[in-house]
Amino acid sequence: MNNATTLYDKLWNSHVVDEQEDGTCLVYIDRHLVHEVTSPQAFDGLRNEGRNVRRPDLTLAVADHNVPTTDRDKQIDDEESRIQIEALERNCTDFGVELYSMKDIRQGICHVVGPEQGFTLPGTTLVCGDSHTATHGAFGSMSFGIGTSEVEHVLATQTLLLTKCRNMRVTVNGTLPNGITAKDLILAIIGKIGTAGGTGAAIEFTGDALKSLTMEGRMTVCNMTIEAGARVGLFAPDEKTFEYLKGRPKSPKGAAWEAAVEYWKTLKTDETAIFDEEIVMDVSEIKPQVTWGTSPEDVVAIDGCVPDPDRETDINRRNKMERSLEYMGLTAGMPMTDIKINTAFIGSCTNSRIEDIRAAASVIEGRKVAHGVQALVVPGSGLVKEIAEQEGLDQIFIEAGFEWREAGCSMCLAMNADKLGPGERAASTSNRNFEGRQGPGGRTHLVSPAMAAAAAVKGHLVDLNDLD
Amino acid sequence: MEKFNTLTSVAAPLPLINVDTDMIIPARFLKTIKRTGLGADLFSTLRFNQDGTEREEFVLNKPAFRNSEILIAGKNFGCGSSREHAPWALLDFGIKCVIAPSFADIFYNNSSKNGILLIKLPQEQIDKLTEDAELGANATMTINLEAQEITGPDGDIIKFEVDSFKKHCLMNGLDDIGLTMAKSDKIAAFEARQNIIVA
Ligand code: SF4
Repeated sequence: MNNATTLYDKLWNSHVVDEQEDGTCLVYIDRHLVHEVTSPQAFDGLRNEGRNVRRPDLTLAVADHNVPTTDRDKQIDDEESRIQIEALERNCTDFGVELYSMKDIRQGICHVVGPEQGFTLPGTTLVCGDSHTATHGAFGSMSFGIGTSEVEHVLATQTLLLTKCRNMRVTVNGTLPNGITAKDLILAIIGKIGTAGGTGAAIEFTGDALKSLTMEGRMTVCNMTIEAGARVGLFAPDEKTFEYLKGRPKSPKGAAWEAAVEYWKTLKTDETAIFDEEIVMDVSEIKPQVTWGTSPEDVVAIDGCVPDPDRETDINRRNKMERSLEYMGLTAGMPMTDIKINTAFIGSCTNSRIEDIRAAASVIEGRKVAHGVQALVVPGSGLVKEIAEQEGLDQIFIEAGFEWREAGCSMCLAMNADKLGPGERAASTSNRNFEGRQGPGGRTHLVSPAMAAAAAVKGHLVDLNDLD
Repeated sequence: MEKFNTLTSVAAPLPLINVDTDMIIPARFLKTIKRTGLGADLFSTLRFNQDGTEREEFVLNKPAFRNSEILIAGKNFGCGSSREHAPWALLDFGIKCVIAPSFADIFYNNSSKNGILLIKLPQEQIDKLTEDAELGANATMTINLEAQEITGPDGDIIKFEVDSFKKHCLMNGLDDIGLTMAKSDKIAAFEARQNIIVA
């Protein structure tokens, strides 16, 4: 019998507290990130039942979805946003949970903050009431998004009732060429397997092209695993992982660090392990990607054209394509690079880390934002912002005509004041191009940071190779 | 949580694939700190024009379907954001059951934790039910969770599968937290033996 296990199996097996007859397992949760939008009803639930937070020491809270990205010294204008943020503050005080408040330099998007603080560690289980929690899988952590009832369950019991995912592996072979980023890889993968292709799966990412990514790049890939329908995305931890984590505020120190690294080195898929599904791609098939429709699977290469629904044989899919094109205001056959934009957004938990900001800055340097385009950079955390400012990147953006903002989710989901107007079109480094995601009637094209920066300069989607 | 037993209602057909949770309830309505009141904004962009008036052509605005408690949808329903506001909005509007060829994972969990029954059926059966549903107000369906059966307007019966633990919780209106807290000894024992590196 083959006893070989995958990385996901190992993470799962080491966290099962109890197994029910039907196979549902009670799984221990090592890390819980909490934010203002999906937690108030959970804390209220605890209060109503007279329950406590079982392990406040394993819980970390930060306000990110709703926070304004401009003047932080003022009170928040939007009353409902303010109430939600105040509720988080009150809940954290009442239940003894550590919170990075809006004035704290460590504040930022929860999926940027966790790794940055060393809260995210290999071999852990990590959850958050947010679907992009898969981001943390870049460290070899079994991380996934949950709903508010589950947030309450974790707060009260530090466990969750789960059924195991199937094992899926995505291998991208080859040497990553210049100009192809982690964002292009994951968009191409989603384009290949579809938004439901990973349903019920934990995906392990491997192959030379993927393994050559930095930690930031791996986070970008894992972040969008959910856009392929999978709950968990994983990279096996390696030297890059350890180097990234070493010395972070919440990483283990001294002898504990040495012991941790020894353990983390064992976290990898056995050579003979069998996956339920394997996808193999070669990086030479992948060009810079951009979305044309209203689902992240609607991708084409930047040198391609808007696809033609008449060529689609599946009726449901054809209807969806027609609807998307109407919403997006595009016609079949039009070259992607002819699409004009009003807005460029560089930010979100997908692409707001220092490396992303650097990539965008290198495109912008010495250039100007096109007339009539609003361009903004929203760093992923106060610390990312600080590093960028130390490197002088803020000045490059400001001189080019970009707005340089405070950390938060911002235009990724348009809960704060940053949003698209009806019919406005954005080149965005975020992760979802759903109808209305960036504001009612707003139109989103998902791209990498360098491509968003280039689009800001040209006023239309552009192939980086054509930037003079 | 309310107990789910049988449900008889007209079913509203919404034959769209990849209906995401942003479509079910857009982010701008997530600023509430309560679970109730979200029904008014359910499917906001599909249901209303930009000036706030209703779009006549949207199924839940048609007189026959305004009080539907069952929704019949396309594959991968509930994809995207983990917001539990999506099932809360459905429930607050009055939808207690969604039938589709497939559901996104997180939405699936969130729904059953709020007493909404999600039924997965093959596309051909969905097509048949969609046709039935399109008959409108006189075409009620009955869902019997205990028997795992849907009885269509013509009396035809369709069987469905449901996870036994979810069925038990739905039928008894059980809250998992209470059940798990009864296992706190096991949790404490796990914590005691757990690798200190990660704790
Ligand atoms: S940046 Fe966007 S996707 Fe990421 S956590 Fe915030 S809202 Fe969610």
